[in-house]
Order: sequence, then structure tokens, then C-alpha cells
Amino acid sequence: MNSPAAPTPTPTPTPNQAPRPLPVPPGRYKRYAAWMVGIVLFVICCYQVEVTPIKLMNGIPEMGKLIGEMFPPDWSYFPTIWEPMIQTVQIAIMGTTLGAILAIPVALLCANNIVTAKAVTIPVRIILNLVRTIPDLLFASIFVAVFGIGPFAGMLALMFFSFGLIAKLTFEAIEAIDPGPIEAMTAVGANKIKIIAFGVVPQILPYFVSYLLYTFEVNVRAASVLGLVGAGGIGLLLDRSLGLFRYDRACIIILLTLAIVLVIDYASNVVRRKLL
Amino acid sequence: MNKITKQSFAIQFMGQHRPKQAVLFSILLRRTAANPSRKLEDMDMIEFRNVSKRYANGTVGLNNVNLKINEGEMVVIVGLSGAGKSTLLRTINKLHDTTSGEILIGGKSVTAARGRELRLIRRGIGMIFQSFNLVKRSTVLRNVLSGRVGYHSTLRTVFGLFPRHDIELALDALSRVNIREKAFSRADQLSGGQQQRVSIARALAQEAKIILADEPVASLDPLTTRQVMDDLKRINQELSITTIVNLHHIDLAREYATRIIGMRAGEIVFDGRPEEATDEAFAHIYGRSIFEAELLGAES
Ligand SMILES: Nc1ncnc2c1ncn2[C@@H]1O[C@H](COP(=O)(O)OP(=O)(O)OP(=O)(O)O)[C@@H](O)[C@H]1O
Ligand SMILES: [Mg+2]
Repeated sequence: MNSPAAPTPTPTPTPNQAPRPLPVPPGRYKRYAAWMVGIVLFVICCYQVEVTPIKLMNGIPEMGKLIGEMFPPDWSYFPTIWEPMIQTVQIAIMGTTLGAILAIPVALLCANNIVTAKAVTIPVRIILNLVRTIPDLLFASIFVAVFGIGPFAGMLALMFFSFGLIAKLTFEAIEAIDPGPIEAMTAVGANKIKIIAFGVVPQILPYFVSYLLYTFEVNVRAASVLGLVGAGGIGLLLDRSLGLFRYDRACIIILLTLAIVLVIDYASNVVRRKLL
Repeated sequence: MNKITKQSFAIQFMGQHRPKQAVLFSILLRRTAANPSRKLEDMDMIEFRNVSKRYANGTVGLNNVNLKINEGEMVVIVGLSGAGKSTLLRTINKLHDTTSGEILIGGKSVTAARGRELRLIRRGIGMIFQSFNLVKRSTVLRNVLSGRVGYHSTLRTVFGLFPRHDIELALDALSRVNIREKAFSRADQLSGGQQQRVSIARALAQEAKIILADEPVASLDPLTTRQVMDDLKRINQELSITTIVNLHHIDLAREYATRIIGMRAGEIVFDGRPEEATDEAFAHIYGRSIFEAELLGAES
């Protein structure tokens, strides 16, 4: 600005580099072999679980009959399913929120750029992985057995499911952050919590919110089948309709679920795109 | 410091929703805060006593370094890549541990300090990095305020409740490096030179008595380099902040330093005034004669 004009000619990098050799393509046979292995594995799987095109063909008329019975949907059923549907979304909201809150400290404890002690990170990661191996419906069945039939069990199931998913995604994001601000905050004399608040949280927040919304999307879908095991929500009515062969009612339930899921997916996608 | 913490302002509301009496109150408080009995004598001299540093892989970072740096000096450390300049700097605020020897600041041992004691020492030492180390998604003001966290409780800082005094301090610091108008921009919207000035402002807001700068201009163009070095020099002179800078450019070292220290293989091989740092002296530090590339004018 006010410094005297310094004799600083703009440097030009010398573009005097030899032409680089083209990268050698990876072994062609290796690629063929990989394809072969993949195809063989697939065929073996089909054989073992008895997936055959014939079965599929045989099922199609059955499928057509079912769809035929679904239409026209029973619109008069709509007022009955509206409230359980709302409850489904509420279960998803509660489960996601509580799971996300629980996930924050655990994600921090897993990240080895925050907690350097392996004696902490490894056990926490093991517990986290254990939680993640349990599917949400199994959680729901367990909680129904413990707390009885109703939305509370479903909420708990989704809470644990969300916790596992969000904690895992978040801790991986934490490990990928720029270490510079952490170093700077250490140099400033900040303690661990201040380092996290100023050096980590601002970097991680958009990812966290994005994971939270994504988990919410997944949870709305999951919540609509929780009722199958008695854990509240729309799934109970779906189960009942199917049991009574009221496919026209099942149809309206599916349509409404679809509409809600689409709206939520769209909204959360918009928000997520804004964030990242 | 407890007195100011009673009057708090969320940063977001600063300047907009501010009750009149709160302003008065904070001005009263500021008067008490303006002359805190900061123990300046605690923060004057940096002393290395037989300091050695060996990295876990066996590399010698520092080899029996003895050094005294007085308050208000502007020391430039030069040396080849790998000479141990960064290591030296980072042992001063214990970002790196030492293997043996002792480092004292104002008679207090840094090497022995840990926990809260260490954090208080670090609070008095600003650090400026080659890669700025700002939180890019945060505003400039929040980045500068992050230098203040050592002065307040964890709870308070986590919620961003910095007292008005701190916000003024941060804005003043930004004024000193001529980017006050950028206070509410996101850090990643600034140019490299501006970002480096934000990190200088952070060190100022910290009320540091020592500034350590590890190649602060290495990623800047020649003109911006001068602006940043001018800022550092001015701050050093006006506030008599002891400043230690690692530099790769000989001519910058000669121009800005009050004292040049040359390092080679973890040892101090030159220590003198800039006038004494002749081309021969640099040849000694570098173990060879100077190349054009070591002068700013010829380097990118
Ligand atoms: N974390 C580390 N682990 C092992 N060795 C290290 C580490 N950091 C630095 N070193 C080694 O210590 C020596 C001094 O490194 P230092 O970073 O202090 O050099 P420098 O003078 O700052 O170099 P430059 O100008 O390239 O920044 C080098 O040989 C380097 O390889
Ligand atoms: Mg270095």
C-alpha cells in the first residue's frame, strides 16, 4: 500500500519440462479376471437362494392380480390413517434428534485427531460398530418386548439406529478436517473443549446437519414399517390391512407414505445442497 | 478479568440490539479492564538452555541450543529447509516437546509447564502459520475472537459470549492490519494476504507479548509479502511485541530483522545484527554461496 515500489519483477515459471510419459494402463487380464469372479459369485448366489427367472415369471400374474386388487384405493380410509401417519413422522423426528444428540460426544471420542488415546477411541469404536450391526427392526422388536407395544419402542429403535449412523458418518468427517485450526487453537491456549468449539465444530457442522437430514429421510421410511413389530406408527394399519386382504386400504397407506417421503426427501435435499 | 465477564454480548447482536445502559456499563468496566495488572515482566525474555530435540524417528531437530531473546526484538531465523527453524519456534510454545534442556519465558519454565499453566503461557504467545490456519467457514471476527478464548470460561466461549471489550479489541486488531471492514466476511472470501493479516489480528487480540511466525509469507506474492512483513514490523515496534519470524528470503531478513539467527542441522551457526549478516555469513549458514533464488526478487 504505502510501501515504496519494490523492484519485484513478476516471476515466470520456466515451462521447460520434458513431456511426461503416458500412464501405463493396468493389466487387462486382471480386469477380465475380476469380471469373471464377479459373475461367477453372482450366479452362485442366485443358485443358492433359488433365485431363478422362472420364479419371477410365475410371480408376475400373481403380482398383476394384487395390483388389480389395490385399485381403486379406498379413499374413505384416509381419515383413519392420517393420524398414525403423523405419528410415524413424529417417531422419526424424535428418534433422529435424540440419536443425533447422543452421536455428538461419541463421534468426538472416536476421532483420533481429537482423542489421541487409542485406549479410548478403539473401545468406543467397537461399541459403535456393535450398535450399527443391529438392524432397526430388531431394535424395535427388543424394545417392544421391554417397553410394550407402542410408539415409544419405535422411537427408541430409531434413536439407536440414528445414533449409529450419524456417529459413524460424523466421526469419519471429523477425521478428515483441516488440522490447521486445531493447531492454531492449541497455540492460543485453548483447552480441549474450546479447541473443539472453535477449531472443529465450524468445520464439521454442515456435514453433521446433512447427515442428520439424511438419517431423518431414512427414518421416515423405517418408521412406516416399525408398526409391523408393534412399535407404533402407520405400519400397524398396513399390517392389519394386509392381514385382512384389504389391498385397497394398503394401497392408500402406501400412497400416503410415498407422498410424505417424497416431500421430506425433497425438502431435506434442498437444505443439504445449500449447506455443502 | 472476572469483572468484564459479567457484561456479555453475543457477537451476532453486536452493534444492533444493544441497550444504552449496557454500553455505559461496559465503558465503565472497560476502564477497569484497560489497566489490568498484566504482569509484563512475566513475559519478557525467552531463554533456551541446552535445548535438544530429537524426533521419535531419530531425526535431530535441535542440538544443544542456547539462546536469549529480549523483549521487543524482531528476530528473523534463517537456514536451509530442515535446519530446525520450525522446530525451534514450536518448542517455544510447546507445540513440540523437547528432549532435554529447558526453555524459560520471563524466568518461567515452558518445558515443565503442563495443563492450565501451559495454556496460560500459550495465551501470551501468538502464532502465525504459513497456511494461516483460520477456520475458513467462520467470519473474520470470530477467527480473531478465537484468540480470546484463553481469557474466559469454557462455557462462555463455547456459546460465543465474548464481552464487548473483546469485540472492540478484535476490531482494533483488525484495524491495525487494515482489514477492519472485512470483520463480517467469511474467512475464505479473503485473499491469502488478507487471511494472513487476520491471523496477525488474532495474535494481537490475544494480547500476546510474543509473536511466533513460521514462514508467514511463504505462500504470498512479493507485494503482499511486504505488506504482511510491514504489519509485523509495525506491531513489533509500536507494541514492542517480541517477534520471531522464520523466513526463507535473505533480503527480507536483512530488511526487517533487528537480529538474525542462522540455523544449520539443529544448531545456531550465526547470531548477529543484520549489518553483520553479510553474504559470506549467509554462505556459512547455508553451507554454500547464496543463490539468486534466496532473494525475494527472484523467487515466486
Ligand atoms: N514430526 C516430525 N517427525 C520427524 N522428524 C521431523 C518432524 N518434523 C520435522 N522433522 C525433521 O526435523 C528436522 C528439522 O525440521 P524443521 O521443520 O524444524 O525444519 P525447518 O528449518 O523448519 O525447514 P523448512 O524450512 O523446510 O520449514 C528436519 O530434518 C525434519 O525432517
Ligand atoms: Mg519449517
